[in-house]
Parts: sequence; C-alpha cells; structure tokens
Amino acid sequence: MPLPKTSRRPTTSDDSLMAVMTYLQAISDGLRQEMRRDKRVFVIGEDVGVYGGAFKVTQGFQEEFGPWRVIDAPLSETAIVGGCTGAAIMGMRPVAEMQFADFISCAWDHLVTVAAKQRYRAGTPVPITVRLPSGGGFSGGPFHSQNPESSFAHIPGLKVVCPATPADAKGLLIEAIQDPNPVLYFEHKHLYRRIKDEVPDERYTVPFGEARVHREGDDLSVITWGAMVYTADEAAQKLDEEGISVEILDLRTLAPWDKEAVLRSVEKTSKALVLHEDTLTGGFGAEIAATIAQEAFENLDAPVRRVAAPDTPVPFAPVLEKAFIPQVDDVVAGLRELADY
Amino acid sequence: MATGTAVDVVMPQMGVSVSEGTITKWLKSEGEQIAADEALLEISTDKVDTEIPSPASGVVQKILAQEGETVAVGTKIAVISPGDGAAQAPETPPEPATTQAAQASEAAAGAEGETPTAERVEDAREAEPAAAETVETPPEPAPQAEPAPPEAEQAPAPEPVAAAPEPVAAAPEPVAAAPEPDGDGRPQGKFVSPVVARIAAEHDVDISQIEGTGRGGRVTKKDILQHIESGPAQAPVAPAEEEAQAPAAPAPQKQPPAPAAAPAAAPAGAGEIVEPMSAMRKGIAEHMRRSLDTSAHVTSSIEVDMTKIASLRQKLKKEWADAYGVNPTYLAFVARAVVETLKDYPWINGEIRGDSIVTRQFVNLAFAVELADGKGLIVPVVKNAETLNLLGLAKAIADVAKRAREKQLLPDDVQGGTFTITNPGGYGTFHGTPIISQPQAAILGTYAVVKRPWVVEDELGEDAIAIRSIMNLTLTYDHRLVDGALAGRFLRDLRERLESWDESAE
Repeated sequence: MPLPKTSRRPTTSDDSLMAVMTYLQAISDGLRQEMRRDKRVFVIGEDVGVYGGAFKVTQGFQEEFGPWRVIDAPLSETAIVGGCTGAAIMGMRPVAEMQFADFISCAWDHLVTVAAKQRYRAGTPVPITVRLPSGGGFSGGPFHSQNPESSFAHIPGLKVVCPATPADAKGLLIEAIQDPNPVLYFEHKHLYRRIKDEVPDERYTVPFGEARVHREGDDLSVITWGAMVYTADEAAQKLDEEGISVEILDLRTLAPWDKEAVLRSVEKTSKALVLHEDTLTGGFGAEIAATIAQEAFENLDAPVRRVAAPDTPVPFAPVLEKAFIPQVDDVVAGLRELADY
Repeated sequence: MATGTAVDVVMPQMGVSVSEGTITKWLKSEGEQIAADEALLEISTDKVDTEIPSPASGVVQKILAQEGETVAVGTKIAVISPGDGAAQAPETPPEPATTQAAQASEAAAGAEGETPTAERVEDAREAEPAAAETVETPPEPAPQAEPAPPEAEQAPAPEPVAAAPEPVAAAPEPVAAAPEPDGDGRPQGKFVSPVVARIAAEHDVDISQIEGTGRGGRVTKKDILQHIESGPAQAPVAPAEEEAQAPAAPAPQKQPPAPAAAPAAAPAGAGEIVEPMSAMRKGIAEHMRRSLDTSAHVTSSIEVDMTKIASLRQKLKKEWADAYGVNPTYLAFVARAVVETLKDYPWINGEIRGDSIVTRQFVNLAFAVELADGKGLIVPVVKNAETLNLLGLAKAIADVAKRAREKQLLPDDVQGGTFTITNPGGYGTFHGTPIISQPQAAILGTYAVVKRPWVVEDELGEDAIAIRSIMNLTLTYDHRLVDGALAGRFLRDLRERLESWDESAE
C-alpha cells in the first residue's frame, strides 16, 4: 500500500496550525498520528498500555488503538525487540519502547546480530523503531541515566536519532517509523517536560542526516546533539557577552550524520568543540573530531576540543552527577580555551 | 579521503630569457573537471601568448593567481587534484619549500656559516639550477623543520650527513628543509596552525611580520586575515633578473616594480579611458626604448624597380596556388634577395656582443607580424633561411605569420633572429624608420609597390619614360657597427638582385 506523499519539513505557513508542545507531547503526537495513518504501526513495551508508559508518552493510546496495537510486554527487552524483528520482517511497523535506554543492552543480540544485518543478508527490510528514553540530570543513577548512542552508531545497519527540539522530536519519529531500517530513537528524558516549543499539528517528517544550525556564529563551532544543545546555548550566551560569537550545530541524527554541515562550520570558524553527554572515550565525538582533523586540517586554527562526561558510570548523588554531566561552565571553559588559543 | 597526490601547475618557462608571465584567462574555474593536456589557461609573456595545458587529469582544486596577475616563472598558479575533487588534497608543506628554495639557500648560507650544514649548503648552491625541479617533492621537511629550540641543532644536522653519502644528490633536501624555521619567517618556537600556514602560503605572507594575539603570541587565523585585509598588497616575489645571451627576440628586461602598481595609481580624467597595459605591450614599450638607447639608428633608402618581379609574380601565382597553396608575395622575393645579399655583408647579419663583433654563417630571418586586433606585434623567426629557396621562404613566412596571428607560436619561434624585415608597405606608406630588434644590427623596411613614371633605356639605348612598379626599401642600421657606405653597398646589391631576378637560380 503506497503511503501518501508527505512534506519533508515542518512548515510554518499561515494555514498550518502550530501548538506549543513539550518535547514529550511532540513524541506522543507524532506516534499517535502515525498509528492513525498506518495500521501496520503498533507499540510494544513495558507498561506502555494500561499505565500509559513510564513517562506517559503512550497515555490514552490503548483506549484509542486497543490492546493489540498497544501491547504491554513482559520485563524482557530481548522478547520485545525479538518480537519486533519478527513482526517487521512480516511487514509490520513496530515501535518498541525501552523503559530506559540503559536496558537496551539486553536486546543487543536481536538488534545488532539480527535486525541490523537482515537486510544485508536476506534483503528483507526491518522497519523497527526503538524508542530509548536516555540521559541523566535527575539522579537516576547508573542504570537509568546513560546515553548509549555511540555503541549503536558504530553498528552498520542501524540508524541513530537524537532529537533536541519538540518539532524535531515529532518529525524525526515519523521519519523513523517510515524508514525501512531499524532506527534507534534516543529521546532525552531531561527534555521531556522542560523543553516546550511550537510544533506543527500536521504530519511531517524531518530527514535523517541533516544537521540544524541552532545558533549562528563566527568564532567558534560547537557540534552537539540532544540535551547538550541547551547546555551549549547557555554557554554561547555567556561568551556572546564577552564578544565571542559561537555557532551551535545540532546534529539531530548520528547515523547518518551531517559531515558536510560540520566541515562547513569549521571552515568558517576554524575552531571546533565537540560536546556530548555520553562518556568521553569512544564517544561519538571522537568520530567527529577525527573527521574534522582529517578533512578540515587546513582550516584548523586550534586543536579540536571535546567536552564529555568522564569515563565512569553515572553517579547517583546529585553533586557527583552534576560533576559528571557536562555543565554550562564546563562548556564555557572549553570555549574560552579555544578562543584564547 | 584524498584519492591521490595533488599536482601543482606552475608558470612555465616560455623561453630561456622569459622570467615571468601574465595570466590572461583561466579556461577552467575551481571545481571544474579537467583532462590531462586539456587547455587550462592562457598566458601572455613578453613575446608569446599561448595556452597552457593541464599537467594531470582531475579537478581544478585551487586557482592561486588571478587573471591579469603577472607572476614569476615557476610560481605555483593552480592545483589539480586527481579524482572527482570532493577530497581536498592538502600539500601545503612542499609549496613554501618550492617558492622559497632560491632565497632559502641564501638565507641558510648566510645565517649559519659555521654549523655542519654549511658545506651541504654550498653543495646545494652549486646544484641550484636543478633545484627548482628537484625541490618540488621534499619528502622530509617536517622532521627537519621541527628542531626549533636552538640547542637542538646538532640533532638534525649529523643525521642527514650520515645518511647521505652523495652530497650533490642529497643537497636539495636540506636546502628546502633546513632554513624553514627562519626561512619562512616563522618565529622560532611559535606554532603555526594549519589554517594560518595555508593562508600564508596562498597570499604569500611572511608570518613573522604579523603580530600574533594568540597564546604565546601565536598568529591566529584572525590575525593573518586582518593583516591581509589591512596590509599592503603583497606582490609576488620578483625573480632575480637575468640577462640571457641567446635571444634575438626582444629580451624581456625586468621592469622596475613601480609599473605594477601604476595602473591603479593613474585615475582616468574627464573623457579619458584607462586600460591596463598587456604584457606584450609592456614588452614592446620596454624593448623599443631600450633599442633606441642601445643602437645608433641611421636609415638609408633605395628605390627598386620591381617590374620584373611583378610580372614573375603574376606567372607564379597560379602555378603556386595550384601546386602548393602559397602566394608568391613581394615579401618572399625581398626576403630571398636579402638572404643572398647578407652572405656578402656578415656585419649586417651580425651583432655587437660586449666588445666583440659576432657574425654568422646562417641567417635567421625575423618578420614583424601585426596581430589581428592591431594592438601588438610579434616577430617570429624563420630559422636558417639561407637553406630555403623562394618557394621555401614563401611557405615559411606564411606559416609563421599564420601561427603568430593564431597565437600558436612556440617560444622557439620568436627567438634567435639575426636580421629583421618589417613590411609596413601594405598600407601604402613609402618610407619609414623602423627600430632595430636588439641585439641585431639592422632592420629592413619594405614599402608599397607603386607604379611610377620611370626613366629607362629603350632598345636603342635612348632614355625613355616608362611605367614601372617601384618599391622603396629602407635599411635602418646600427651605426656603431655598420658604416653608411656598407649599408649603401648592401642596398645597392639588394636592388640589383631584385631588379635582375634570376628565375633559373631558384
């Protein structure tokens, strides 16, 4: 059944309705629209049905779509993703919810060994979307605060999406559901109710692999994604008061990622800082820094800097967690280093 | 991601004496695909306008000299990157090494005479003529350039010496590498970031002249951009002036630096139009002035009855057109007669070289050819004209004239002339005083062939007036070498040859 043609970008024309939504509402809105539009789409996860999800993303979904399209799964991520893989191979469009992104390690085998390689091995598309509430900032401790995006960005055959704004959250989720590949959709818990913005009512998609210039600047480039976009923005405002102009690039998706946009920005500023909430070593920032070093070497006026969490589990204590997750001051310090270089 | 090594395009040496060239037109722009040997740009040197083919297939990655710019021979003017061009193939390091090879070797020799590198530098200086090419790919400037701290000097020096048993072969490397720390003006111990190094190379900026605002006084990208924006326009390095021996083609004397800036400094008055002078025009201007300053110009004229040749031409015209596609011009007859006559007057085919007089056993006949637009003149040479008969000369003249107008001349085509013929008579002029093409001794002018009432002897030996085709010839000669009597005898013999043209001798 051919899908109706859809717009690729959120439109802001006068005739489209815009509502202010939280990041969480935008995810919920996108998911609901896609379920209404496409009968193949169903959700499965722990407590997503009767309870409406641990974070209430699917609240009211079971009432509207029934228990066969909003399925409460047992406490087994292996079963959830394994079931989704089978359903996807049979032509469905499952949207799985991990209660916390941290738990996806249980589903590693199904995702990495089966889903990511099925298309390559057998030519069968595996259109799964796995929603992954990720990130810290509220004392969730080591099992409920991680950002495991780089592990999956490393796996060929998987796509990795990390929206930062409500509008992107909706558009990227719909794009993920209609994508014929397994897509890991990292939704940052700390943004759920904190970030509100206008979101078009209509259905739209945001294409993968296109970075968003969150803030334009001339002197320094910050390349980041997810909740760190807002940390970077606050840091940029502080530097702006000192007359240093910072450009912030929100990658939006890591696999694929918008290399050209990064190289363009670095060509302009010649100084780059890569920022992520995930731990430093082997984080996706390493890939970006290496790419800049290799492909923009002659445009560099300073070494590429990385600001990321230290290589430890996420601490539980609020003070320690604050020391762990990159804060505005950490980013300011890193940017000053670059500016002074 | 680079798929191969980028290839530099340098301003070629269009003849021994040519030291610079002007880019008249880029036929490809940055990012465009180009095949090897496909025309990349047009250049204009003092005497030759020509197309330069691409040395490699790929993409024009960078154009480093703009249209209208005059750069020294050997200056990098573009970079061709192999493949489809998505990749940037950085090769900045070799570039400064190349452009600075010449002054670098001097700097090195002057600066560190007593260090172990001194003897190597001297070797290098001996090998210098070759260095321009050899230095292109210095494989190890990086390790050499690093030992910036003063006490580190013994570290790099012994190692290359031990490793290089053949000083001459190894010489170019140290020349390129060793002086880099001070040779490119990099302040000792101050780091130059990749982007600053690239910008400095592209704009030929001496980084040591910039005050750095970065950490430890480092020159930042902003610093160098500001410097370029506000600083004086950095003209390309003027090449050392060299007076070559060979060229009979007007040798390009290096212009003083001022004219380069002059066009900008000459604003147009009311009703005036100011246009930049082409390289050719500058070359002509310089050469005309220099010739007058060099030779003592004297002109003698003679009237030649060309009636016999006129009728011969009529006869040959059809025959030659059918058989050879060549026109038996008056010029060809004159040229042929000149070559024969010069055999008897070697000084007129000679040259003053220092305190000596040079004569030749050959005649390289140069012809002044006006270019199509009337703006400019080129003087191609028919080499060894003494080996050609009338037909051969006519063909050779037609060939060089055609190629001159189509800008297809090779550098060699405009060099080595020993005597010049100029032919302003096509417009009806009957007299002129041309300027000698240095370092030749004389130039022959040919003028309009006109029918005149002429006193001739009739068959009874009586004077009679007849209608004859008369042409004036002038010989402008360097009176330092050629006396008036010699010139007169030359013109007399030349007239005699033309008036009693012996067809059977051809």
